[in-house]
Amino acid sequence: MIKSPIIIFTTTFIMFLSINTNNLNGQTIPLVADLSEHLVAISTGFEGSKVLLFGSTDGTGDVVIVIRGPTETKKVLSKKKIGPIWINTNEVIVEDIPSFYRVVSIRSPKDFIPEQILKRYQIGLDNLQFKFKNNKITEENKKEYEDAIVRLKMKMGKYQEDKGNISLLANKLFRTELLFESNVPTGTYLVEVYLIRNNEVISAEIIPLSVSKIGLGAEIYDFAKKVSAAYGLFAIMIAIMAGLFAEAAFRRI
Amino acid sequence: MQIYLPIAEMSVNIFLILGMGASVGVLSGLFGVGGGFLMTPLLIFIGIPPTVAVSTESNQILANSVSGVLAHWRRGNVDFRMGLILSIGGFVGSVVGVIIFQQLREVGQIELVISLCYVFFLGIIGCFMGFESVQSIINKNKIYGARKLWTMKKPLRQKWIRNLPFKIKFRESKLYISAILPISIGFIVGILAAIMGIGGGFVMVPAMIYLLGMPTNVVVGTSLFNIIFVTANTTFLQATINQTVDIVLAVLLLSGGVIGAQIGARLISKIQNEYLRGLLAVIVLTVCLKLVADLIVSPSDTFSFGIVNK
Repeated sequence: MIKSPIIIFTTTFIMFLSINTNNLNGQTIPLVADLSEHLVAISTGFEGSKVLLFGSTDGTGDVVIVIRGPTETKKVLSKKKIGPIWINTNEVIVEDIPSFYRVVSIRSPKDFIPEQILKRYQIGLDNLQFKFKNNKITEENKKEYEDAIVRLKMKMGKYQEDKGNISLLANKLFRTELLFESNVPTGTYLVEVYLIRNNEVISAEIIPLSVSKIGLGAEIYDFAKKVSAAYGLFAIMIAIMAGLFAEAAFRRI
Repeated sequence: MQIYLPIAEMSVNIFLILGMGASVGVLSGLFGVGGGFLMTPLLIFIGIPPTVAVSTESNQILANSVSGVLAHWRRGNVDFRMGLILSIGGFVGSVVGVIIFQQLREVGQIELVISLCYVFFLGIIGCFMGFESVQSIINKNKIYGARKLWTMKKPLRQKWIRNLPFKIKFRESKLYISAILPISIGFIVGILAAIMGIGGGFVMVPAMIYLLGMPTNVVVGTSLFNIIFVTANTTFLQATINQTVDIVLAVLLLSGGVIGAQIGARLISKIQNEYLRGLLAVIVLTVCLKLVADLIVSPSDTFSFGIVNK
């Protein structure tokens, strides 16, 4: 076995985004948060994984957690009924689609965060900003496509708005379990924790989380992507050998 | 028990996949079809991305076919000369098919064309086989009359076909015909196979029976022999161009599949030809109806994600 692929921990790289400068004296930090693990390792037997997010605040306020996967480009097709059959009649290339997106909060963010803040930080499924490659598209059409992307992603279990899943202790400590299903896209994720008080973002913290394949799975993936011709021949060889083996094994029966 | 598929990027239940492989394998050995037209939709149904399903399936069919061909070969049921000539046409055809496939993908209509191809061919073949097998079952029960009807249908009786050049003797098939015929059939099936992402068995088998007039017992083994070449080619192209062959999924499918194919090849001698064709007709028509329904019934969502060209 070759050594497992290098796992880059970026644990030390935790950014503190102090948006409000109330505490310049440095005595109280309004928000501290971290993850129990900074790597979701997808091994051969991977059935999904749980990561604990925990932290504390300096008092009252709402904690909102946003998890974003790496962005991707997708082609979105739409169907129309022509004659008796349904046909793809339109297609749009859309960029900057997060492969994974989840909001976790006790109350629905819409209820206590002003619209413009939701938009600026892209909090909530309605506030994601995708980039359309086709400029001719109308605003109305755009909305339709945006809704469709969110809907399709939700159906695949990649997008989610999770309400009330954060446990609070004495209004200061909070914790929640982030569950990643087995079809979680790989790449570098950003887990953003916001502290909201009086319609304002008091503090925010961004914690990177790496989701990557390890072990045999990772090696097979690299093999297929890097030396694909050899991989193709290997696949053919395995299939032929399996066929020969089965025949030999069954001959006496 | 779950296992993670590195290319499909999801986990699946090992036993579910093994079971699917085995049951489609039985059909494969029984009918000489690769089973791709059944397995690919099944894989997509359990959530495997369609591109991975199509590519990986060709790799699994390859294993099934090798296992099946050997089983048939030992019973003397493979016409290697015919198989090779069909494969030559098939090779050229699949290259042409891959080009057509890419063009259609650009336009965004590949899915529609695939569905229409399936409906068209499955419909025609299913109806024809069903009708024919019912007729011969009826005629057989009357004891006489069956043979007469059968020989009348052979298109090879036509004069211009018999006068084509490059005549070759096919001993196992008991035929003496022009090589142009199997090459063109191989070519057309090759195009279809590449576009539809299948081995082409379910088109090839009827073509060999009804167009070339090959005896049914040789048809299955020879078809499988041809499929070996077609699927090895597709596997390689898919692995290099699209990088969507999932070897873990393939190994699971073919472990079940090769065993199934052996069982199928053994069952074949126990079932009468007419019933075998009738059974295949039922399966083919069922898949066809499902596809027609998918085209006509309003989709649950009129939007879908397509493949982005690199």
